[in-house]
Amino acid sequence: MSGTLYPIDESDLSDAVSGAIGPLQILGGGTRPIGRIIKAQKLSTEMLKGIVTYEPGALTMVAKSGTPIAEIQTELAAENQRLAFEPMDYRGLLDTNGAPTLGGVVAANVSGPRRIQVGAARDFTLGLSFVDGNGQLLKNGGRVMKNVTGYDLVKLMAGSWGTLGVLSEVALKVLPASETQTTLEIHVTSWEQAVGCMSAALRTPFDVSGAATQCDKYGKIGVLVRVEGFEASVVYRIEQLKAKLFEFGNITELPDPWLEVKNLNSWKPLNTVWRISVRPTDALKILELMRLLQKDRGFQCQLDWGGGLIWIGLNVEQANDVASCTQVHESLQALVATLGGHGNLIKSKILSNLDITHFQPLPRAVSIITKTLRQKFDPRGILNPQRMS
Amino acid sequence: MEMPQPNLEVLRKKLEIVTALLEVLPREAVIDNPAETKAYECDALTAYRCPPMIAVLPSTTQQVSEVLKICYHHEVPVVPRGSGTSLAGGALPTVDSVILGVAKMNKVLETDYENRVIKVQSGRTNLSVSGAVEEENFFYAPDPSSQLACAIAGNIAMNSGGAHCLKYGVTTNNLLGVKMVMMDGEIVEIGGSYLDSSGLDILGVICGSEGQLGVVTEATLRILPKPEGARPVMIAFNSNEVAGTCVADIIKAGVLPVAIEFMDRPIIEICEKFAKAGYPECEALLIVEVEGSETEIQDQMDRISSIAKRHSPIELRQSQSEAESAAIWLGRKSAFGAVGQVSDYMCLDGTIPVSALPQVLRRIEGLSKKYGLKVGNVFHAGDGNMHPLIMYDANKDGDLALCEAMGAEVLRLCVEVGGCLTGEHGVGIEKRDLMEDQYSLNDLEVQMSVKDVFDPKWLLNPAKVFPLSASENRRLG
Ligand SMILES: Cc1cc2nc3c(=O)[nH]c(=O)nc-3n(C[C@H](O)[C@H](O)[C@H](O)COP(=O)(O)OP(=O)(O)OC[C@H]3O[C@@H](n4cnc5c(N)ncnc54)[C@H](O)[C@@H]3O)c2cc1C
Repeated sequence: MSGTLYPIDESDLSDAVSGAIGPLQILGGGTRPIGRIIKAQKLSTEMLKGIVTYEPGALTMVAKSGTPIAEIQTELAAENQRLAFEPMDYRGLLDTNGAPTLGGVVAANVSGPRRIQVGAARDFTLGLSFVDGNGQLLKNGGRVMKNVTGYDLVKLMAGSWGTLGVLSEVALKVLPASETQTTLEIHVTSWEQAVGCMSAALRTPFDVSGAATQCDKYGKIGVLVRVEGFEASVVYRIEQLKAKLFEFGNITELPDPWLEVKNLNSWKPLNTVWRISVRPTDALKILELMRLLQKDRGFQCQLDWGGGLIWIGLNVEQANDVASCTQVHESLQALVATLGGHGNLIKSKILSNLDITHFQPLPRAVSIITKTLRQKFDPRGILNPQRMS
Repeated sequence: MEMPQPNLEVLRKKLEIVTALLEVLPREAVIDNPAETKAYECDALTAYRCPPMIAVLPSTTQQVSEVLKICYHHEVPVVPRGSGTSLAGGALPTVDSVILGVAKMNKVLETDYENRVIKVQSGRTNLSVSGAVEEENFFYAPDPSSQLACAIAGNIAMNSGGAHCLKYGVTTNNLLGVKMVMMDGEIVEIGGSYLDSSGLDILGVICGSEGQLGVVTEATLRILPKPEGARPVMIAFNSNEVAGTCVADIIKAGVLPVAIEFMDRPIIEICEKFAKAGYPECEALLIVEVEGSETEIQDQMDRISSIAKRHSPIELRQSQSEAESAAIWLGRKSAFGAVGQVSDYMCLDGTIPVSALPQVLRRIEGLSKKYGLKVGNVFHAGDGNMHPLIMYDANKDGDLALCEAMGAEVLRLCVEVGGCLTGEHGVGIEKRDLMEDQYSLNDLEVQMSVKDVFDPKWLLNPAKVFPLSASENRRLG
């Protein structure tokens, strides 16, 4: 296998894909080695970089797929705007290097805590160009905020992990940054209370833009509730929220904790991590299962999205044998299969070499649709084959 | 408007098909008498009409499945229908088709305030979804002006938007899951009461697929707590251009209003005559709505006013009461109806980058002169979604054709400046033949290949969205 391919423009990318004789592993910055990764010729989008247009007054930006997220964020910050979906940076958690790229963020539909308020990467992707498995350069969507012209393949491509095409250019919707933020920590005594407290916060009209948990080193649970906007409005809403939430526990104001909530940097030492998305109140069922399986070995947990996103982690003491770790993995995916949602393995020193389903297996009918769709976009099956399995 | 040749084999088998349908549906749910099928001959794009061969009104997902199995077996084209308010001819039948209406399926299946979702049958009207959660102070955000009539089914098929989508997004941003019946009768569930499903975002491509991938029978929707209050500011300008710049400045300043609506002089005049909303005499009117508590509303209105004042408005009115708010919105909300009173009209729906607004308005004015047809503009300015209303006389020979030609030019203009053919109404039959102006044949080919996956025989709403020439091979099998 030769060295990594670095196409320098779209036609080069197109040639690289059409000329491929075997499977390709598509990379952006290579910071998210999640899912099943098979041995293949590497193709990186890193040389397809640069911001093409940025119109602050129209809240839109178009950039090449290999553009580093950091560069985009710097450009936006200069106009007091931001990527509102708060893409997670996986480098801490996964101990990877490289620069996260726009293409990687969209291909993995990476979003952060603010998703509950504003939506995910897929909701901010207005249009894109990509090269399909035959090497054809295609486009869908546009660069305007509202567009229902033809099928919305933008959503299909977002979160397809490079299995339907290699993104070459992306048009984004951006939003104004907020003037200020305040975060409350509510000190609760159980996960039931934590979920109840987040749900209560999200039922208010106070436009909560983050609802997550954070445990201290003794395992005490803090519920984090964030409000953003203009100063006076934030002050008002925070007061209202305090009045609503005091019944759940003591409340304190915190310095901005959201970088850690979003990126889970402190989870770097954990050797096995799952990311689970279910109906928020079903988070309790996931936790109950974990308690049953781990007993006094324990486990780490962070809830985000009001309970709708669950991070489960095990350290070396909590996961040291293949059998119990496999059992946790299979039980989690089996439970999620009955609840709906997904349970994906994000990293595992123990499980990664085994033949397991990294991504939540699909129900039968959906799996057939998925397979047929892949055949249309990538008839030779060369783009990140099996990545999402 | 060209429609495909009917399948004579299907027409010949009508009786056999009706008999089969009667085995799975009660008598009153099968409409085959030409006097009654006429009720389904068009949607809100009334310039085009064609009664279907049969219309059916099932009450359950199972019945929808049985109906589709029969149609699949006999290779009958099926046109799904919600409330028939499409402005793009999305629900227009062909003579050999079965209209499958979901209007009877309008129940609320589950409300879950803790998780902020509602599950409804797809025939339920948009407004009554909000109605179902109102007592707990929740609402369903996408609010097309047709919300009293249009069904969630049609909203999903068209990915409909509304005045408030600047803040809350359109249907696709508020849809979490569907139950859908595929053309061969198979029932699938995609997504649910959670944010991320496993696998590809198939829900994302179903939303906006104009009834071509499957018949949606149930939907899980995100509901939101109602804001404490909302009030508009009305700002009048002496030129479209300045109004356009003001919109961009408001957005750049970091105030994110829930709605920024734009009306130009012809519309203001017609609305004023019709609704007597008390609009000033001016070239362009903006209605900017903000939400929150009393003090938050006042704070945002002040910010918007101070930005607007830099552009020397000829009038600026901050609503201070429910009554004033209602008056400001009255004209805007009755705009389509008011224009309908004075003329036949065609409503376009192209979207443009907000920065191109002044230029596009100027060029539309030029086209209006060239074609000799009056145009009014009323639209969602915050997101660049234009609604030029081209007025014509349906009784005058050649006027409709003239209007269509002008409409096509306006839409091409939208594409030329970096926008698109349709922002929220959908392609339907109306913009089908303009698709090649926006997309290459390869781009259309990959979209059509998605339909191949869901409906390999191309029986579901087959003559829509794609130029007939592009879809011909597939439709003829
Ligand atoms: C006065 C007026 C104002 C309007 N304002 C707006 C607006 O502000 N914003 C906006 O976005 N639109 C607007 N519209 C357009 C229209 O109301 C929307 O497109 C609406 O979503 C259509 O819903 P419907 O139930 O009437 O669908 P229909 O007209 O019945 O059908 C629309 C499309 O949906 C498909 N469909 C219907 N049911 C199903 C199903 N069960 N499964 C799969 N496909 C199905 C049909 O085949 C068709 O292609 C307006 C229309 C009018 C007349």
